Amino acid sequence: MATAVATAGHDSHAEGHGEHVHYTSTGLENRKIAVWAFIGSECMLFASLISTYLIYKGRSRVGPWPHEWGCKTSAAVAKTRELLQGCSPADVMKPILDIPVTSQSTFVLLMSSLAMVLALAAVETKGTPLPAGAGWWDRCLASSKFWLMATAVMGATFLGYQSYEFTSFVHEGLTIKTNLFGSSFFTLTGFHGAHVTAGVLWLLTLFAIDVKRGLKGKTDVLLVDICALYWHFVDVVWIAIFTLIYLIQ
Amino acid sequence: MATTAAPAPGQTPTAGGSYAAGEQTGIWSWLATVDHKRIGTLYLWTALSFFIVGGIEAFIIRLQLMRPNGQVVSAEVYNQLFTMHGTTMVFLVIMPLSAAFFNYLIPLQIGARDVAFPRLNAFSYWVYLFGGVFMTIPIFFGAAPNGGWFGYAPLTTMQFSGGLNIDFWVIGLQILGISSLAAAFNFITTIINMRAPGMTLMRMPIFTWMSFIVQFLLILAFPAITIALVFLQFDRFFGTQFYEIAAGADPLLWQHLFWVFGHPEVYILILPAFGLASEILPTFSKKPLFGYNVMVYSGIMIGFLGFGVWAHHMFAVGMGATADTIFSMATMLIGIPTGVKIFNWIATMWGGQIRFTVAMKFAIALVALFTIGGISGVMHSSPPTDLQQTDTYFIVAHFHYVLFGGSIMGIMGGIYFYYPKMTGRYMSEKIGNWHFWLFFIGMNLTFFPMHFSGMLGMPRRIYSYDVGQGWETFNFQSTIGVMIQGLGLILFVYNFLKSKKTGAVAPGDAWGAGTLEWSIPSPPPEYNFAQLPVVTSRYPLWDLKHPEMTAGLAHSGPDAMTVTDSHATPMHEETEYKNAADLGIPMPFPTIKPLFTALFLVLMFSGLLFIHLDLFPVALTIMIGCAAAFVGSLYGWLTSPLE
Ligand SMILES: [Cu+2]
Repeated sequence: MATAVATAGHDSHAEGHGEHVHYTSTGLENRKIAVWAFIGSECMLFASLISTYLIYKGRSRVGPWPHEWGCKTSAAVAKTRELLQGCSPADVMKPILDIPVTSQSTFVLLMSSLAMVLALAAVETKGTPLPAGAGWWDRCLASSKFWLMATAVMGATFLGYQSYEFTSFVHEGLTIKTNLFGSSFFTLTGFHGAHVTAGVLWLLTLFAIDVKRGLKGKTDVLLVDICALYWHFVDVVWIAIFTLIYLIQ
Repeated sequence: MATTAAPAPGQTPTAGGSYAAGEQTGIWSWLATVDHKRIGTLYLWTALSFFIVGGIEAFIIRLQLMRPNGQVVSAEVYNQLFTMHGTTMVFLVIMPLSAAFFNYLIPLQIGARDVAFPRLNAFSYWVYLFGGVFMTIPIFFGAAPNGGWFGYAPLTTMQFSGGLNIDFWVIGLQILGISSLAAAFNFITTIINMRAPGMTLMRMPIFTWMSFIVQFLLILAFPAITIALVFLQFDRFFGTQFYEIAAGADPLLWQHLFWVFGHPEVYILILPAFGLASEILPTFSKKPLFGYNVMVYSGIMIGFLGFGVWAHHMFAVGMGATADTIFSMATMLIGIPTGVKIFNWIATMWGGQIRFTVAMKFAIALVALFTIGGISGVMHSSPPTDLQQTDTYFIVAHFHYVLFGGSIMGIMGGIYFYYPKMTGRYMSEKIGNWHFWLFFIGMNLTFFPMHFSGMLGMPRRIYSYDVGQGWETFNFQSTIGVMIQGLGLILFVYNFLKSKKTGAVAPGDAWGAGTLEWSIPSPPPEYNFAQLPVVTSRYPLWDLKHPEMTAGLAHSGPDAMTVTDSHATPMHEETEYKNAADLGIPMPFPTIKPLFTALFLVLMFSGLLFIHLDLFPVALTIMIGCAAAFVGSLYGWLTSPLE
């Protein structure tokens, strides 16, 4: 009969013997499941924001526009500068999105995910003695503090790029109040930036704990693991934003 | 087999609600509680209080409409009343009443000692309480939200609604969303991860199953309204243009985002009541639920399809034939799994030994009344029909049959059914009978005539109407119906309060039901289960006491019960109270920190009101101050040990 089903929960518990853990049906830690549920919910949050941006794409009545040239004195919009005739150079509005600069910040954020993976690996393997003849690179790989800080710094760099981007947009005449593009762009990327900020603070907290008492053991691996899940999620969201908002014209 | 006669008198609590020695009492024990049963009780009391508030609002609305050209309240107050009636009943009554049952029952039904995150659970409740108060208080100052429960933008933008009213609504809903989401993450984790050994997903009681589906609807649907509200807030406070038609905004953006949330919300409101009915009907028919698997799959199907039908609320806006057709067909499709449930309930009762308790009557009323509401729902799933019915009282009739006839009737049944479990005493069946019939007759008298006044063209939300349109009789009937319901509500409140002290003492298994929550004393000890039971079928308690009733169901073999795990023992009934400390069960510490965290969060949000009043420094001071206090209490919470 369905004996296997009835004892499944029991078996998964057996793995936990030796170390005191709470019985769970799946053998997974509660917090990990909760973070997955949270991420599912966040997907819908960003889906709503991104859809709104896409629905409003091309509906702005005034410039600046994301990919098009515009003229402050007329309603003219054009794909290239040349097509925008009869607009004096002083009134020309450039396409506002700076893809090369944002590509750099995207690269930094992607690399931060790599650092996050290494941070988690370092916490997981903590306590394992380094092999004989380990070089500086092995020691570096084994340092969770280094990789946690590196992830946080790269996250902060991304935020630096974002504030540079926001400031320069404002200088070029695009604020959150200017047009539909401004409203939906700043809200969407601002929400993402807020998520990155929260992630950086989370990473710095982990770093502080690591400095204070050292992260090691099953419980601490979980602490870093759920932060990593969140961090990778925020990264993936940025890839969607970068593709849909920046790259696709 | 029947190892379980009624517990000896010395083992049962003699006064309802008196807990075993060591159990805390007094106001502090409630403020600092992290026990899911107490939090469930808090949800129940709070939501019932709001039910009275929402009922009074409905009563005034009906007084105003009782006669043509009514002058009971001003048009402005009337707008606030219907807005707050809808908002209160949806967000402050039915959802939290469901949450009361989620809290109380899910851990008991799956054989757990608490939810996955007890303190987060307390936090959810306090956010709900403070958010509800935040939204309700302005009604005493004539500044309550006045844009309808769905708050359509651009009507609710600064240009058309300049007062603070809408701000209370927008901010209030954001706050309540946080509460619902936090609770949903908690319950998802609890159900996935805290089931007793042998409690496989397909053995979970249907109430837990429906709750499980509802939590997924919550986490996937609430973000849409959250974003819609953020846009509205930004438009109102920071001058963005999301709903600014002159700037090229889409007048339907709000409607789409709102109903992407709003239609799943309908199932968030009804599925818990379905779950309760699915517990009550088998118990009082003395038969296992008919078609358990189909019941589960149809619930999942409803949840899934529920995300693809939102635009049936928007047939009148002119989306075009293609969109109308798709959404119309999807809506008709969703009627199928819903109808399947109705037939399952009927088949459960078929050939059973039915006991007509009050709880059973409410559950049967749900089946009957929801069917009426469901059928009128299928009627306006057809766009041509809907164009005749939309924004008329026909729609009001429809959704009250669904939400009152369905949700409230089911929840009322649930209260009569689980009251003995929660308090150790039965509610009076005699008064309960009066309550039931007053509710049943009053509800039909109120809402059935609305079908006709709606068909005759009476618009929703109308402040008053002139004579000679054929609406007088129907409106008069509706108002009389509300008065009858009011009487029923008074009897219910009396019964609810009085039975706690004088009701007949209930044993652990108060009704002869089959699921785990009935295998422990009433009220349950703080740790719920002295020993976690090993579950081998869907009705473990019936296996123990009435094996003939579950003979036809799938069981795992007895060898599954030879569990060496110290956490689990074969299925048994617990009738004795012991102390958690005596049993060596670690319990979470009571803590006030979730309350403060919730309080500062709500205060932080309320600081936004001062932006509207152009007092930026005040707003900033409040928000930064409260944010700091919030982080402080959160830090205290996270760094203190759970148990
Ligand atoms: Cu709907």
